[in-house]
This record gives sequence, C-alpha cells and structure tokens, in this order.
Amino acid sequence: MHRTCLKSLSNLLHRREISSQELTRIYLERAARYNPVINAFITLTPEHAMEAALAADQRLQAGSAGPLTGIPVAHKDIFCTDGIRTSCGSRMLDNFPAPYNATVVERLQDAGMVMIGKTNMDEFAMGSSNENSYYGPVKNPWDTNRVPGGSSGGSAAAIAAGMAPVTTGTDTGGSIRQPAALCGVTGLKPTYGRVSRYGMIAFASSLDQGGPITHTAEDAALILNAMCGFDARDSTSADHPQEDFTGELNRPLEGLRVGLPREFFDSRLDPGIGGLIRDAIRRLEQSGARLMDIDLPHSALSIPVYYVVAMAECSSNLSRYDGVRFGYRCTNPENLLDLYCRSRGEGFGDEVKRRIMIGTYVLSAGYFDAYYLQAQKVRRLIRDDYRQAFNSVDVIIGPTTPSTAFKLHEKTADPVSMYLSDIYTVSVNLAGLPAISIPAGFLNGLPVGMQIIGNHFSESRLLNLAHRFQLETDWHLARPGAYA
Amino acid sequence: MVLEKEKVEGIARLARLELKTTEIEAYSRDLSRILELIEEMKGVNTADVAPMEHPLEIRARLREDQVTETDQRGKYQALAPATADGFYLVPKVIE
Repeated sequence: MHRTCLKSLSNLLHRREISSQELTRIYLERAARYNPVINAFITLTPEHAMEAALAADQRLQAGSAGPLTGIPVAHKDIFCTDGIRTSCGSRMLDNFPAPYNATVVERLQDAGMVMIGKTNMDEFAMGSSNENSYYGPVKNPWDTNRVPGGSSGGSAAAIAAGMAPVTTGTDTGGSIRQPAALCGVTGLKPTYGRVSRYGMIAFASSLDQGGPITHTAEDAALILNAMCGFDARDSTSADHPQEDFTGELNRPLEGLRVGLPREFFDSRLDPGIGGLIRDAIRRLEQSGARLMDIDLPHSALSIPVYYVVAMAECSSNLSRYDGVRFGYRCTNPENLLDLYCRSRGEGFGDEVKRRIMIGTYVLSAGYFDAYYLQAQKVRRLIRDDYRQAFNSVDVIIGPTTPSTAFKLHEKTADPVSMYLSDIYTVSVNLAGLPAISIPAGFLNGLPVGMQIIGNHFSESRLLNLAHRFQLETDWHLARPGAYA
Repeated sequence: MVLEKEKVEGIARLARLELKTTEIEAYSRDLSRILELIEEMKGVNTADVAPMEHPLEIRARLREDQVTETDQRGKYQALAPATADGFYLVPKVIE
C-alpha cells in the first residue's frame, strides 16, 4: 500500500476498498517502526490522525469527499499546527504548541487529508544536511551514514522510506529540491507567492516558499491544487487565478524549448552527475524537446548574494524570539538584557547564531550599502539573466546538486563548504521562480536529481515535463532496499 | 576580511546573543570565512542598477480598516514563560 501513488490511493478510498483509518494505521505503523533509525519525525500525532481519519471515512461514506480526502500527510515542523508542538527544529520552540494553524495546514485539512506528524528539519530551516536540528540529524534511507539534505530533510526522507505518502516542505534556497534530489524523490518549489506563508515560521521572507514532496510529479500536481491559492493573511500572497495543475500533465513535449545553462555544467559538477543529467536531457530531445545552450552570467554570484539577503532577513525575523511572550526562557535572569541574551544564546544553535550575527553585521551602520544594498542590486542582475533566458526558452534544465548525498559530519566543520552545496538552487529563490527536482538516475547507489526551472507561474509546464519524463523512466519508482 | 574577537563580541551584543568566551574564537573564524565568501560580489559594477526588494516586485496591498482579529489574550498568554493579571512578566526594569 505504501508504494501506491496518490491517484490510486484516492480511487481505493473512494471505492471503499480501504478505509482512511486502515491507510492511516499503515503509515503510522511504518513511521513508528523506522523513525528510531531515520529520525524523519520530530512528533508523531497518532491520536489526532485517527480522529481525522474517522472524519474522512465519514465524508467518504457520505459522498462529500474530495480527491485528497483520507490520505495521510506529514508537515514540516515549520508549519504551525494548532495545539501541537511546532518546534522549527529548535530548542527555542521545543515547548511551543502553536495557537493556530498555518494556511497550508488548514487547506490540506479542509481537503480531508490526515496529518500523521511533524517532520524533522534544520533549525529554523537553516542548513543543507539536516544536521542542525535540535532533535538530531535525519539519516538518508539510501545510506544511513549519509545526510538526507536539508532543510526539509525529514520530509524527503519520510517519502523515500515510505513513512508518509506526501509531505510538505519549505524552500528558501533549495530546502525542498536539494533533499528531494539526495533522497531520490520529487520536490516542487512553487513561484514565490503561490503558497501562503501565513503560519509558516519565517526565515527569509522574500525567499521562503512552501511546496510538496512526493514520489511523482502527478502526486505533486494533486497536492499543489489544494496547497496554493490567494490568502489575504499573507501580505505577499500572489492574487493569481486558481488552476488545475493536473490538467496539462500529458501534453506532448514537441517543440518545447529547453535551455541548458553553461554555468550549471562546469567543473564544480560531479562528472558522474553531469553524465546522468545529459542522458536525461537526450531522452527529452527524443520526445521532441528542442535543446539550446544558454548563459546565466551572474550565477556565480548567487551564493554570496543569497547569503547576504537570507542572513539579513533572518536576523530581523528571529529578533522576535526574546524569551518574553513564548518559547525558551533562560533560568534566573539577572535583568532584562540578561534575559534576552541568555534566552537567545541558549535557545538557538550554532548555525542560527552565525547567520543572525552575519545578518546583524551586514545591516549595521557603515556596512549596509556595501553588503545589503549591493546584494539587492546584484539580485536584480541575477533575475534579469533569467528574464533574458526566458525570452528564448520555455524551461531551463540542469542538475539539482553538485554532488550526491554526502557523509554525516563531512561538512559540519566548515559552514562555507556546506553553503556551496546550494550552488544550483539559490538563484531560483532570488528570482522568485518555480522549480522542481525529479529523480534522474543513480550514481554509486545514490540518487541524482534533475532540476527543471520555469518562468513565474509556469508550474503546470514543469509538472507536465516531469510527468512525461516519469512516464518513460522508472527512477522515481526505485525504493531503498531496507524500506521497500 | 577578518572579524576580530572584539568585533564578534560587539555584533553579538547588538544581536542580543550571549556567547561563551570559549566559543568566540570559533565564531570569529567561521564568520570571517563567511564574509570572505560574501565579498565576492563586491567587485560587480552596479552603479546603474536599482536594488531589488521583492522577487515579483509587487506593491503592498491595502485593506479596509476593519477589525478582523478577536481578543485571544488568554490563549496566547498560556504559552508565555511568566504572566500575571494579563501582563507578561520580565525582570524589574525600573527601580
């Protein structure tokens, strides 16, 4: 059952061949069995899940169910869940049961989905390996000596190990796509503003975007239908017409113009990954796509620009954690300043503190113009590169990551080497574009992800291309042996 | 670009973060490395480029001035470390 796609699960539920309660039990049982090894979940919510499953079964019985009613889902622990711990992977929020639901949580709940738990993540979504979680690292189901990627590592590992049929994630600089690539699953980062940020704990507000992690592009389309839509409670929510993302899945690829950025296939890329991505691209060419080389000349600057913007925004967003109104408070503060400094010093982990300090520095008097303002200007140049490229191509394709899953502790001693694993993903966030990572083969037994980037609001096109590719390949069907 | 220990302590003070003395050296090293990475963008000529504040360059939406939130003080204060009579408690500020 745990290998069944969402559409088939939905059909089984609607034909009453399985109940939501039975399906939920299967996933709760798998999640509980594998969590001691994979550590994909921070919190499992069996009681909440069984109540929701019962309600879903009643809707299915009454004939008032939708396509997602009764299907289990796990949310990244960055999405606020009313009355349920929402830790954001941090000691700071270890004691925080959110007082309301995020819009994403509410929308999937209204669709009848059954939340089975909250997934592990890098603290405040800051990290590319999931080693920055207060709750310990997540392990990659393909090789438990390796990282699953981050920051949505728990959400990606849970899909790979069959602990949930669909999970939510957030992507500020690659945090959905990079773990999806490293765990051999499908991860979609929508256009900035598509998915409401209300109740999604803020890291870098001009970059953060929620999205689904699934096995297939078709599954992602089904979930995206329910996840996205205008939300007055998010000041940057895009007021864009509602679409059915499953509508274009089967469109033929004839004449599709595919751009291949020279900068994404340079010497930093593992040659083995480069070969697999070129094989995948040749397959698309055989399906009728037209390939052309393109240039994104400023992409080498995307890492420095990204880290200035992201750290500046995080230092501002995380100033709310002061030990006064909610979250961690130090014991026996001497005075108000001591309360602030020790609550934050003890409540935040190392990487979060590093980023807050860099952010504080680049925003401080005398440095603002040289760092933050310059970053915002170069950000425009990076965006303009993409704008120029989309004058001549429909989509852009390249690798999602420069290497396959690395070993635990391999990059923890040097934060900069960790940052460089985001080299192909961060520019997409700077430009606010949608992108999807899909499985494109294996290198030495580890999954490799292919990234497809589109123009603003072109998710249907990305899902169409990904779906056609998945009809012709079976990389997305591979499961790690121990969890098959 | 090297951030001296004194500078790191100054930034930590601004950011309201207590660092242990034993940690400061490691932060000084790591933050200097990160700044070195960031410096790579400094050489780009951006004299005629306007800063980009928002990926879709939308303007802030306005709404009617109506009450949309209800009072949930009890629910929110139940999450606080210390409250009394509807107030959040902190160490004494004024003697």
